[in-house]
Amino acid sequence: MSVLEIKNLHVNVETDQGTREILRGVDLTINEGEIHAVMGPNGSGKSTLAYTIAGHPKYTVVEGEILLDGENVLEMSVDERARAGLFLAMQYPVEIPGVTVTNFLRTAKTAIDGQAPSIRSWVKDVRESMGNLRMDTAFAERNVNEGFSGGEKKRNEILQLELLKPRFAVLDETDSGLDVDALKVVSEGVNRAKANTGLGILLITHYTRILRYIKPDFVHVFVAGRIAEQGGPELADRLEEEGYDRYHVAEPAAQ
Amino acid sequence: MTVATQSTAMPTAEQHGFRPHSDGPIVPVQTRSERFRSTAVADFAPVTGREHEWKYSPVAAFADLTSGELDGARLEVTSTDAAGVALSWIPREDERIGTAGLPEDRAAANAWSTFGEALLVAVTGEDAKTVTVTRSGLGSAPRAAHTVIEAAPNSRALVVLRGTGDARLAENVEIVVGEGANLTVVSLQEWTDESVHLASHFARIARDAKLKHIVVSLGGKVVRVNPSTHLAEQGGDVEALGLYFSDAGQHLEQQVFVHHDAPHTRSRVTYKGALQGEGARSVWIGDVLIGNAATGTDSYEQNRNLVLTDGTRADSVPNLEIETGDIEGAGHASATGRFDDEQLFYLQARGIPEDEARRLVVRGFLAEVVQQIGDAELEERLMSALEAELQGS
Ligand SMILES: Nc1ncnc2c1ncn2[C@@H]1O[C@H](COP(=O)(O)OP(=O)(O)OP(=O)(O)O)[C@@H](O)[C@H]1O
Ligand SMILES: [Mg+2]
Repeated sequence: MSVLEIKNLHVNVETDQGTREILRGVDLTINEGEIHAVMGPNGSGKSTLAYTIAGHPKYTVVEGEILLDGENVLEMSVDERARAGLFLAMQYPVEIPGVTVTNFLRTAKTAIDGQAPSIRSWVKDVRESMGNLRMDTAFAERNVNEGFSGGEKKRNEILQLELLKPRFAVLDETDSGLDVDALKVVSEGVNRAKANTGLGILLITHYTRILRYIKPDFVHVFVAGRIAEQGGPELADRLEEEGYDRYHVAEPAAQ
Repeated sequence: MTVATQSTAMPTAEQHGFRPHSDGPIVPVQTRSERFRSTAVADFAPVTGREHEWKYSPVAAFADLTSGELDGARLEVTSTDAAGVALSWIPREDERIGTAGLPEDRAAANAWSTFGEALLVAVTGEDAKTVTVTRSGLGSAPRAAHTVIEAAPNSRALVVLRGTGDARLAENVEIVVGEGANLTVVSLQEWTDESVHLASHFARIARDAKLKHIVVSLGGKVVRVNPSTHLAEQGGDVEALGLYFSDAGQHLEQQVFVHHDAPHTRSRVTYKGALQGEGARSVWIGDVLIGNAATGTDSYEQNRNLVLTDGTRADSVPNLEIETGDIEGAGHASATGRFDDEQLFYLQARGIPEDEARRLVVRGFLAEVVQQIGDAELEERLMSALEAELQGS
């Protein structure tokens, strides 16, 4: 039974105006196979949490820990974290000119498994996953995310999720910018990955509509750099109706 | 991509006059057409490093080539065989010599004044073919050379001019592309770390002919290859490509000139380089002149540099001079960027270790040029040569 634990996490970011405190004591435990939705206003620190888990160098952890099955994640480099089983589907996936999707996927798979995948089954897996995500096979020969639409970038993230088979995935607004059809296709991909591998999921979103397709076990309300409230799926419906007003978000993480 | 360690795109003191062009702001113009030309070294004043054509170069590192005495004997040359490509040595007096262009700097004039015989690479026949001419181990004494690559009308070939081993070489290469011919010339510099190579290439493109010219500079202390193309007749087309990988202490330079001098000519200039290590330098100057006669010209030039470490310097200076209003399009772009840390993060977040992620991105950046060579074997060999450069970090 795998578990990802975030304990009393405090994170700063260096800006031109000096150091800013963004996360102010986040506690969160995700077990294998669980889906945790994180909802919160703009600027509350959701992406900061996602990036910090993945190890983005811009964010400095000043207090607290992140443990993956008891192992100290904060001591690992970005690629070590990925190889340990963490995955981040980014809110804004990066374009990599000159590197084709095929080449990128094979390189990543080889790095994560520690050996090159057998060619025949790999080609079949890639083709099947692309088909499931309704991605034209032509994408395989295009450069990673270059010229992809917003929705295509998000599908490409989920394609990687399916093929790389991590233990825990953070999905940062994977639903933003998707039309209903794409939302369904992407949600199916996430659900498939969970069914196949017992993936644990941290799902960051602004909208409840994705929660119709990906059913959360827990919902956390994120305000001003920490979790202000948590509950079951019903909490999401309440947020949809009432917004974040009752959490006094007039002054977010800004000071 | 954002800031470079250092990047210049400033007009030189010799540039004057302003003309609008189709791509963005007004650029300073260098009246390239009026530049001095001569085959006699004595017609050029001794090089100080202040001249517009030398201002970016480490002139003290090769004073022997610009003002010393050069050995004009035949170079040691080996070549692969291909039906329809004949190599021979021709005397200085041969009428083909001087038909493609004349020296514009003192090193080129010095070489022209002293070479004994010229190597002629004569291409005939419409079948596609590849020939590799290798100059290897030219020693450490200063030498001069002259080469004429002549593609007969409607002929077709890929000619690789390759340099390996030691060299202190000043040379001129003339490329004469006959009517309707389709020629690719790859100038491949893989010299040793101490070598100095100063080359001027002159191409003349006849009616409806096409030249693909590719400069690949990997090895050598100072390598300066200046290709100049004269689109002399209607319908001519030049694709000028370049690829360089500058390591610590290396100076790799290319001054690219395209002269549109007839109606409906086309040019595409694409040079890409990577810089890595203390004192790694690159210089790219791209001059495009669209003359009075060149109505319907279609031209675009670009230079991109990828800066991999601190302590490097990439100079990138595009110039466009347009003498006719009736053109199809002309533009330029120049960018020098740092290695993008967000790309690195993305790749690492997929489990790819940092050094491999870097290699993946740089390889991708440079592959764009390699893939246009059109010879699978050479493309593969160049990719592994680039791989070796990257490993050497
Ligand atoms: N690299 C950075 N430099 C400066 N400020 C940053 C940086 N990253 C985050 N911040 C600031 O930290 C705060 C939290 O940002 P974050 O992106 O984590 O919010 P979010 O909850 O994901 O918002 P959204 O819903 O808009 O995606 C914001 O005020 C943001 O401006
Ligand atoms: Mg965000």
